[in-house]
Amino acid sequence: MRPILLFLIALLAMPAQAALNVLSTVPEWAALAQEIGGDKLRVASATTALQDPHHIDARPSLIARARNADLLLATGAELEVGWLPVVQRESGNPRIQSGRPGYFEAAAAVRMLDVPTRLDRADGDVHAAGNPHIQTDPRNMLVVGEALAARLAQVDPANAAAYRTGYAAFADRWRAQVKRWEAQAAPLKGVAVVSQHKAWAYLYDWLGMREVAALEPKPGVEPSLAHLAQVRDQATTSRPRMVIRAAYNSARPAEWFAREAKVSAVVLPFTVGAPEAVDLTALFETTVQRLLKGL
Amino acid sequence: MAAGPIPFVLEHDMKYASIGVLAALGALASLPASAADADLKALREEIAQMRKSYEQRIESLEKRLLQAESTSTQAKAAADKAATQTARAGEGKASSFNPEIGLNLQAALTLTRVNPSSWTLQGFAPAGEPDELGPPRRRNFSLGETELTMAANIDPNFRGYLNLALTPENAIELEEAYVQTLGLGGGFTVKGGRFLSGIGYNNEIHPHAWDFADAPLAYAAFFGNKLTAEGFQAKWLAPTETYFELGLEAARDNAFPGGARNLGSGGLGTAFARLGGDVGNSHSWRAGVSHVATNPHERGYDGEDAAASATRVLFGGKSRTTGLDFVWKWAPNGNAKERSFKLQAEYFRRQEDGRLTCRERDSSGACGGSAGITDSYSSRQTGYYAQGVWQFMPSWRVGYRYDKLDSGTPSFGPTLVATDLPQLASWKPARNTVMVDYATSEFARLRLQLARDTSRGAGRTDNQLWLQYVMTLGAHGAHKF
Repeated sequence: MRPILLFLIALLAMPAQAALNVLSTVPEWAALAQEIGGDKLRVASATTALQDPHHIDARPSLIARARNADLLLATGAELEVGWLPVVQRESGNPRIQSGRPGYFEAAAAVRMLDVPTRLDRADGDVHAAGNPHIQTDPRNMLVVGEALAARLAQVDPANAAAYRTGYAAFADRWRAQVKRWEAQAAPLKGVAVVSQHKAWAYLYDWLGMREVAALEPKPGVEPSLAHLAQVRDQATTSRPRMVIRAAYNSARPAEWFAREAKVSAVVLPFTVGAPEAVDLTALFETTVQRLLKGL
Repeated sequence: MAAGPIPFVLEHDMKYASIGVLAALGALASLPASAADADLKALREEIAQMRKSYEQRIESLEKRLLQAESTSTQAKAAADKAATQTARAGEGKASSFNPEIGLNLQAALTLTRVNPSSWTLQGFAPAGEPDELGPPRRRNFSLGETELTMAANIDPNFRGYLNLALTPENAIELEEAYVQTLGLGGGFTVKGGRFLSGIGYNNEIHPHAWDFADAPLAYAAFFGNKLTAEGFQAKWLAPTETYFELGLEAARDNAFPGGARNLGSGGLGTAFARLGGDVGNSHSWRAGVSHVATNPHERGYDGEDAAASATRVLFGGKSRTTGLDFVWKWAPNGNAKERSFKLQAEYFRRQEDGRLTCRERDSSGACGGSAGITDSYSSRQTGYYAQGVWQFMPSWRVGYRYDKLDSGTPSFGPTLVATDLPQLASWKPARNTVMVDYATSEFARLRLQLARDTSRGAGRTDNQLWLQYVMTLGAHGAHKF
């Protein structure tokens, strides 16, 4: 019985040996790793675009995946604080513990926005290190990608050259695309918008848009009717052109506001895997097109 | 960076020194002519040359100074950037605090039909002093357990955790204090200290994260609401795509269902296995089987005999508990922010074989006076609960729980008389519980809970109402599945 069991376990574990096992907390870093590492990597994402990355269960399947991971990609800045520490601890995998080369935080490579001057939970779901939704600015893909390529080379030195060339090719392609998106998005410069969740600081920073209000009274706190009405009244003077929500957000608050304030409701993919955002390029392609349509 | 300021200072000094020399030479050059013209002319030329050469040197020094200044600014900027990045790389743990300190505050207003002090699980040996985790202990407003937790990584290899419970009776109880390995490798994790045993599903969940205000009856009957182990735990996670985990624990035998049996070697042994996975994006599940083995020596409770005289009943022998647990969670696309459903069920069966001693606490009585009667004892008891919690909109949940126990009929040796052991007389306690709770955030929850409880025995049904708050402040460790 026991040899059979061991054999079965070994058999199930076999595919894990083929390539470097990468587990990403969110789809965008999985997509970025795939762009850089290609077939040298076996990439999985712990969450999908329709899930709120703040609120994920430390599911058994995630613990099992973390057990075999050679590299864990996280956003950091406390985005995954509610579930990732349990996954790391329960995995019994020394490679992916915080501080080891197998644990990578994208936010560490990026200039952070919305860094709070005071930490108080009365202000809602505030992140000490700043706004963690760094993937909404495509230029961050370059800095994170560079750091990630270096980390991949460190964790898997045998393929270091492949990661370097992989990143260089990606960066060339990406810079051209960013330039193109910036040209297309020129009409968005200076446009006033309302966000459902404060998830778009980096996008606005990139395109020069102005956030005049958020539907959530405090980050992570559900929009209340009283607060929605207040934002609507405020909109008569701030004159936003659209209200923006992520694909995983509830549709009701944004639709209510769009109706009341007579602005367009724009659903942005937020990350890879949302409808139409099949990969990183499509993510920003869709984002820019939908924003333009909302004008 | 450290080498930066030194050349800067040196060149500064050199600059002033050069200016001094130049000024002296200039004063010399402007002296009135008195010596021979030719000599004077030669001297003047020499001085002019020197002046020119010094001017050139000053110019080049100034250039170098400027360069040095700009490199030092650049170096400083680079160092600042490096510093912020290092600082940021250290974050992303549960909190920027080190150690993480958290506080759980809870209290409830409880109303009961029957006096709470008479609560007992008819048919089951009491687990000891009642605690705050079971059925209501007091009527009216009362604090629950206030939990103070502290945790941090000790070094790259270990993590430490402490959980102190402050009871409403102003006592401090050391709930948990353990160290855990962080990266043993091979899927192994070892824990040592006092910790919540890994058996079952509800046992490892902290009370503030429970879906109901009190523990399931099965936990009350078989583990005194929770099984705490003081010893070691080793877990192994299989390297498979499907979650499969095995665990073993060896601990002191100092808590129910064991009994203070102060032996040199460990007295409590547990084993558990868990299997889990996802079905699509919307469903996830975990199922487990666990076993608890202990050999209590003198596990006792205070009872009454047939004539209502006070007795002390002691059990010594083998106690083996086997459990099955299952939990299934659903959320549309795995996003539990809006709606979700959680189904949780556990079943336990306990087999106990050994000797039972019934002793009178006063000198005389049916149970053999103060010397007592000892005879063989055997029982098989079962219990289960099933509960469902439905989050129908953000922040709001409703839940229903059904508890059922079966004490079975214990078999005694011929010298023990069943009527002298009324606590162990056969009964099937049942309880129906409903609750509704509202969470203003993941840190604050208000709950209303109603229960109809037949634990006390036939004709002694209790109705219970709870109005409870459960709040967490400070660093709040991530929750288990």
